[in-house]
Amino acid sequence: MAGLPKRIIKETERLVADPAPGITAAPHEDNLRYFDVTIQGPEGSPFSSGVFNLELFLPEEYPMAPPKVRFLTKIYHPNIDKLGRICLDILKDKWSPALQIRTVLLSVQALLSAPNPDDPLATDVAKHYKENEKDAQRVSREWTEKYASG
Amino acid sequence: MDDDDMEMDDYNDDFKLNTGPKRKSYEVDYSSLSQTSVEKSMREDVDHICGILGVESPVAALLLRHQAWNKERLIEKYMETPTTVLVESGATVPEPVAAPTPVRSHSVDKSTASPSSSRRATRSSSKLLSSLTSPTRLSFQKSNSISPSGTASPSKSRKDTKSEEPESFVCPICFDDSPDLKQLALDCGHVACSGCWNAYTTSKIRDEAEHSIRCMTEGCALVASDDFVRNILSDAAPAGTDVHENAVAWSRFQELLVRNFVAANQKLKFCPYPGCTNTVSCPSAAGKSVITSIVPTVSCGARGIPGSSSDKAGSSSSGVLQAREHVFCFGCTIESDHRPVVCAVAKLWLQKCEDDSETANWIKSNTKECSQCQSTIEKNGGCNHMTCKKCKYEFCWVCMGPWSEHGTAWYSCNRYDEKGSIDARDAQSRSRASLERYLHYYNRWANHEQSAKLSVELYAKTEKKMEDMQITSELTWIEVQFMKKAVEEVEKCRMTLKWTYAMAYYLARGNEKDLFEDNQRDLEKAVEDLSELLESPIETENIPTLRQKVTDKTVYVQKRNEIVLEDTATGFQDGRWRWNITVDGFEDPLEDSKVD
Repeated sequence: MAGLPKRIIKETERLVADPAPGITAAPHEDNLRYFDVTIQGPEGSPFSSGVFNLELFLPEEYPMAPPKVRFLTKIYHPNIDKLGRICLDILKDKWSPALQIRTVLLSVQALLSAPNPDDPLATDVAKHYKENEKDAQRVSREWTEKYASG
Repeated sequence: MDDDDMEMDDYNDDFKLNTGPKRKSYEVDYSSLSQTSVEKSMREDVDHICGILGVESPVAALLLRHQAWNKERLIEKYMETPTTVLVESGATVPEPVAAPTPVRSHSVDKSTASPSSSRRATRSSSKLLSSLTSPTRLSFQKSNSISPSGTASPSKSRKDTKSEEPESFVCPICFDDSPDLKQLALDCGHVACSGCWNAYTTSKIRDEAEHSIRCMTEGCALVASDDFVRNILSDAAPAGTDVHENAVAWSRFQELLVRNFVAANQKLKFCPYPGCTNTVSCPSAAGKSVITSIVPTVSCGARGIPGSSSDKAGSSSSGVLQAREHVFCFGCTIESDHRPVVCAVAKLWLQKCEDDSETANWIKSNTKECSQCQSTIEKNGGCNHMTCKKCKYEFCWVCMGPWSEHGTAWYSCNRYDEKGSIDARDAQSRSRASLERYLHYYNRWANHEQSAKLSVELYAKTEKKMEDMQITSELTWIEVQFMKKAVEEVEKCRMTLKWTYAMAYYLARGNEKDLFEDNQRDLEKAVEDLSELLESPIETENIPTLRQKVTDKTVYVQKRNEIVLEDTATGFQDGRWRWNITVDGFEDPLEDSKVD
């Protein structure tokens, strides 16, 4: 991987040496821009018992363009659709080059504790969350047990 | 020649109808502005605001852009709450300057952010960041925020100053720590190296078409001034960046500013042709209410599309005629010139043509429904004794009644007058008529479009022949040019004709429509005659006669086209046209003129 920018090298070193709590990120050996990520469900959320797999890719323009992040584990969440795509402002128009892989992943983790059904990606899940939050959380817990406790 | 004489009489009559120096009723007043002259009006607005609010011009520019160039609203708001307006537009940092906003860098010790605090979770991650601290804020000289002094070979001189400073700088974006990095920041003091600023600015302009370049630090809303942008793309651009790419980005930035200004002004429209940066000003077509009475076809005056094949010597058929003028409709984006019909009706027509509502119409006309299970059935042969594939219901295709009642009358139906079957047949024929009506107009519409294309292609072949003739015979260049003029005219008139069919489809029945269709018919006949002439064989001997005929016809066709356009335009201005459907901005149709 000749020509990997210093920024990516340093970020990777730091992610490995000093991982954020509840988060791991490791680059592929054959493609240092592609990361396997796991995020622990935050305490107190319906996802708390689970460990979720994600993929993260740093495009050529990174850090001027945001990284591409996607859930690989199925999850019942109003801002994450069934393809694992995430609705998060900093991954889109609110991206700033000063943000990093670490901050992005922390934000994704934060999103698990604070679903926002008013700005939904998975509309049916969002509807469920708005109409009956208790029941929706129950489904989220079920899915977490079923898919994210492996 | 009898025929021609008659035509000439017509032509003379028509000629009397419309001569006059003044603007034709189907044209609008407009003027074309270059990018430079739009920039001049922008500067005037900026200067105006500078004078009133007493701010510097880069600030005034940011304020105006944020308020969509509405000077009155800006002044009013600024008088009420100057600080809020300044902060919202990104011109200044919010007061109490948040204790030196941290610059994040990789050399930060372990982030003190405890997960629980950072998880408290707005979806925006701004909270996460503020918990990270930065090393002592470096004592940057203020000259780092761009100043003209940073011009001459920056990297060298910077290196010298750096060596005096013990603290080494690490760019928080690229993590580079080379000693010769040049540091830059907006007034907020969030420093990054010039390389990152350059890459960031270029990517915002090129990839996002964004003219508002905000500070790179997350959560900081300060916007770079035009001077800053220019500097980072020229003098302050780090060595090694592509000079050409920087220049392209800067000119694109200027274009984006002009586009922003033009978009905020109803009287202005940016030329939609690719690569064109002209603007058209058409005050008489500003606003939605006007475009129900005029068709504002305008042109920025430029021709051709840079880099496209039509610019190169006529190799393709579209390049044969002179590169196309940048004609467009000021009121809509449907088609460049849809005269004589107004935007709203043109839009309805195109929607109808694209819609598969006509598929439904076809189904209605060609199929029947099983009267028991409602499945749609197409009869594609065989006898009238039908058995529904789905529900096995047996019925007669002719009368739609159950087959059992036919008794022994095998394969023929004498029950035409049964009550239920009459209703079924009536509904069937109504929908068939409506489909035929649509197809009548659609076929003519499509035909004119097709013919226009073909005549241009035909001309491409003819032109070669004409040029040969010019070489081999006595004829001069000017004498073989008559075809070109005629082809251009035919193409133009076919476009008018095309849209007259869209108009006629929606016109309510009555005298007005009859008159309209008379004019349409006259133009159509003239155009077809001329088209035919254009296809006649060209021999050196018959050129003089042919030329005479073609030239006469061309003038006649031109006049007929003007009559159609004039009359329709006047009709719109007088509110004479009535539609058979509801059209935006027009009165609802009368009950009896409605058509399915």
